Amino acid sequence: MTAPGALVQISPPRRSVELTIDGDTVAAPEGTTILDACRQRGQDIPTLCYLETLHPVNACRVCVVEVENSRVLVPSCSRRIEPGMVVHTDSPRVRHSRKMVLEFLASSVDLSTTPHAAEWIASYECHPERYGPPAPPAAAGIRDAAHAGHHEPPDPAFAATVHQPIKADNELYVRDYGKCILCYKCVEACGIDYQNTYAIAVAGRGFDARISTEFSVPLPGSACVYCGNCIAVCPTGALMFSSEHDRRAAGTWDESRQSVVDTICPYCGVGCTLSLHVQNNEIVKVTSPFDVSITHGNLCIKGRFGWQYVQERPGNGKRTNGVPRRPRDIEAASNAAGKSRRKGHDISQRDGPQHDGPPHAGTPGDGDGKGSGHP
Amino acid sequence: MDLRLTLAEATGDERAAVDACLGPPASQWDGGDRDAAVASRSASGGRELGRARRNLLLPALQAVQRRFGWITEGALIYVCERLDVPPAEAYGVATFYALLATTPRPRRILHVCDDIACQCRGATEMIAELERAAGPPLSHGPHADHVIVDPDGAAWIRSPCLGLCDQAPAAMLQVAGEHPADTLFGATTAPELNAVLHGDDRIQKRPHPRVPQAGAPELRLLARASVIDPASLDAYRSTHGYAGLRRAFELGPAGVIREVLDAKLLGRGGAAFPTGKKWEAVARQPVRPHYLICNADESEPGTFKDRALMEGDPFALVEAMTIAAYATGAELGYIYIRGEYPLAIERLEHAIAQARARGLLGDSVMGHDMRFELEVRRGGGAYICGEETALFNSIEGFRGEPRNKPPFPVDAGLFAKPTVVNNVETLYNVPWIVREGGAAFAAIGTAQSAGTKLFCLCGCVGRPGVYEVPFGTTLREMLTLAGGVPGGRPLRAVLVGGAAGVFVRPDELDMPLTFEGTRAAQATLGSGVIMAVDDTVGLEPMLLRIAAFFRDESCGQCVPCRVGTVRQEEALHRITRGRMRGSIRDELALLGEIGLGMKDASICGLGQTAYSAIESAIQRLRLFETAAAPGGAATP
Repeated sequence: MTAPGALVQISPPRRSVELTIDGDTVAAPEGTTILDACRQRGQDIPTLCYLETLHPVNACRVCVVEVENSRVLVPSCSRRIEPGMVVHTDSPRVRHSRKMVLEFLASSVDLSTTPHAAEWIASYECHPERYGPPAPPAAAGIRDAAHAGHHEPPDPAFAATVHQPIKADNELYVRDYGKCILCYKCVEACGIDYQNTYAIAVAGRGFDARISTEFSVPLPGSACVYCGNCIAVCPTGALMFSSEHDRRAAGTWDESRQSVVDTICPYCGVGCTLSLHVQNNEIVKVTSPFDVSITHGNLCIKGRFGWQYVQERPGNGKRTNGVPRRPRDIEAASNAAGKSRRKGHDISQRDGPQHDGPPHAGTPGDGDGKGSGHP
Repeated sequence: MDLRLTLAEATGDERAAVDACLGPPASQWDGGDRDAAVASRSASGGRELGRARRNLLLPALQAVQRRFGWITEGALIYVCERLDVPPAEAYGVATFYALLATTPRPRRILHVCDDIACQCRGATEMIAELERAAGPPLSHGPHADHVIVDPDGAAWIRSPCLGLCDQAPAAMLQVAGEHPADTLFGATTAPELNAVLHGDDRIQKRPHPRVPQAGAPELRLLARASVIDPASLDAYRSTHGYAGLRRAFELGPAGVIREVLDAKLLGRGGAAFPTGKKWEAVARQPVRPHYLICNADESEPGTFKDRALMEGDPFALVEAMTIAAYATGAELGYIYIRGEYPLAIERLEHAIAQARARGLLGDSVMGHDMRFELEVRRGGGAYICGEETALFNSIEGFRGEPRNKPPFPVDAGLFAKPTVVNNVETLYNVPWIVREGGAAFAAIGTAQSAGTKLFCLCGCVGRPGVYEVPFGTTLREMLTLAGGVPGGRPLRAVLVGGAAGVFVRPDELDMPLTFEGTRAAQATLGSGVIMAVDDTVGLEPMLLRIAAFFRDESCGQCVPCRVGTVRQEEALHRITRGRMRGSIRDELALLGEIGLGMKDASICGLGQTAYSAIESAIQRLRLFETAAAPGGAATP
């Protein structure tokens, strides 16, 4: 143990690395990514699949930069700086590739709820319409069933898209894969990086690749525990609270009239920070700050969705007596997550009643895959 | 891992098929029967065990596929239970591979190649005839569709290149069942395929690779192919077999690497990286274990050289890998071979078993203090798995998606350990180099391209097949060696290097076939494909097939390749079908922009080269020049 008052060294000192970014000599600690080195000097680079709290998958390629003596462009979000590296973040090659990535996405995916998309599309002079009018949405289930390999020849009248009907198979959130850019963030948050639930993965191949449960079973039949951590990391609004989705559909969603209030989750002793998004004195969604070390933006089903009771005020016809009730939708979802159609992989399930508590929110470092219900 | 499984139950047969691959389950924890006395007091599983067995996922799924013709939900769930893999991930893996199906299929499936080399030999017409006789190909409906599929029926589907380009047009029959069998058909016809489809098992062909130079004394790589009995270890040993490994034990690991460095051997898989440097880098790594992988996922359209080597001389690969393992300190090697090569798989497995029985593999190789084991892993129908980091993911039981580099495989490859990945042809050079010395090898060929090289002559040539020549031979000499264009027809173009290669003009035939010579001519040797195209073959359909190939084979991980390959194919269809948006110049400029974006920003070589052949057709062959004339009509 460290004596009180002694200096606590939390990580070994890191060597400083000198490199050149856009003509300027820059020094940053060894191990820094090019993206971080740029952001530290106040220079922003667009990103879509990158998030501070997740392992970089460098799949979207919108953050590419030119590194001298590298044959191809490199993803700044994951490439670490090296001494003497010469980086160009805004060269013609870089601008061209970013433009193409944005055009490819804008011409095949609905980016209407992707923050910054419109601004980037303008600044990189993208013309997604030059690939032709977007193809009509696929019927439900068609994209889910696409087989890897041979495809039908394209229709020259249209530009292929991933447009398809939304998936609203539970009360808590909506999956609109017509907005999915396949950034892998939800898969990482659900699986290896945080939740260890692995309810979803990437299935299929190429343009037919999609986020899917096994055999595309609806969420209530899947391993989903409704933590909503996938919604928290989704960069395009493909995953959305039903409360937000319904308000958007009704035209009543208005972020300019929303305030965000931070509080501590009342359910258990972990003490996760909740950011309540309030519109018209109603909680419309709940997030958690990514920079809080307790949660890194993650919550469980209760913190994420269990706030209806707050709004059951006297006069709205519901009896509360000041006692928080377990909201009915949480109960329904917990049941769906825990029992319906699923068999557990544990003794309690086979030998007796299953532990039916809501799942434990993933906490950083809880990486051994032992979540709820395991003996 | 805390698995949550759907209630789908595997049938007894499905369990048996999985257990035949994985062995019987040890306890209730991995899907076995419950022993109350034990289960209530003990637990097994967890991350370490799960990780250790994850690499068996693809073999287990393949076992189900080969037994039933498709993977049912119950069977997939049982595999997950056995291996501690989340079902969503296993489904993601199963749907990644073209040779696996997750919707009902008949057990008898005929894969008919419609790729470019077969196109040159009349495949398009043959497939049209087959479709008239046998009906449309199998289509994959949504899961919800309760399509009645007769498991005892049959269906045909279009296939990318099967590596039988020397005897095009080609097909592969897969029959699932208790005794699954894959059969290749070369130089086939529509009536023959229709008969095969309808269960005529009398048609039995084993299309052996054509080695027109067979028996010629100057051959090194092909010295034994089509000459000795590929199943006989004694025949192999009587033709200098295992002399290389004996010499390697005299030289010691460092000595072997020195010979390979002196030989200036460059990788034959396409990237031309110095093999000796790769071996040295892994040999020096203090981290253990080291792995050795032979990349035999030869899927580049037009390529069949590795198949010729493995089918004709399987023991040489076992010996070469043993030498490589000795030099680099690997105790386990994998041969990752494409699933479409059933005969090569059979012969390699036989060779490995023979070598093991004679003490040439195992705990004490040739009585020396060296452990080495070899395992054959079968691909699932995915070109991308020939990319080395995608290959690692495939072996490890994940989707075959390439990883970002760095780290490079010599630092963190298979299972994140230092790994040597060599192409088949590269390895076949090794026993000779060790036996005869690096200097002797370096004396062959040119200063910068040492040794001999295999070329896959296909398309419109008189004697298609695999040819071995010293580096420096010109393209013209190669075409002459293969009998030139049949019937004295005019040559229109030559595709060099495969679908990821370039088309060259008939006036560029004096190009020396070396790494430096092709580079200077802004071409590439690629995988050694030389596909001649005469005036009877339409270049536009070839380009459309190449574009479709890259779209089909893109793993879908990165945006430039996933969407770029789609946009590229659409633009080509608009051009060739007279549906252009704007002028031909606009369309060609758009194609150029798409191509540059894919080349610069894609993660791996697939996206980076997906525009290469198309670009060369536009720029070198001036394919759409006539279309650029006033009026803008596309070429017919």
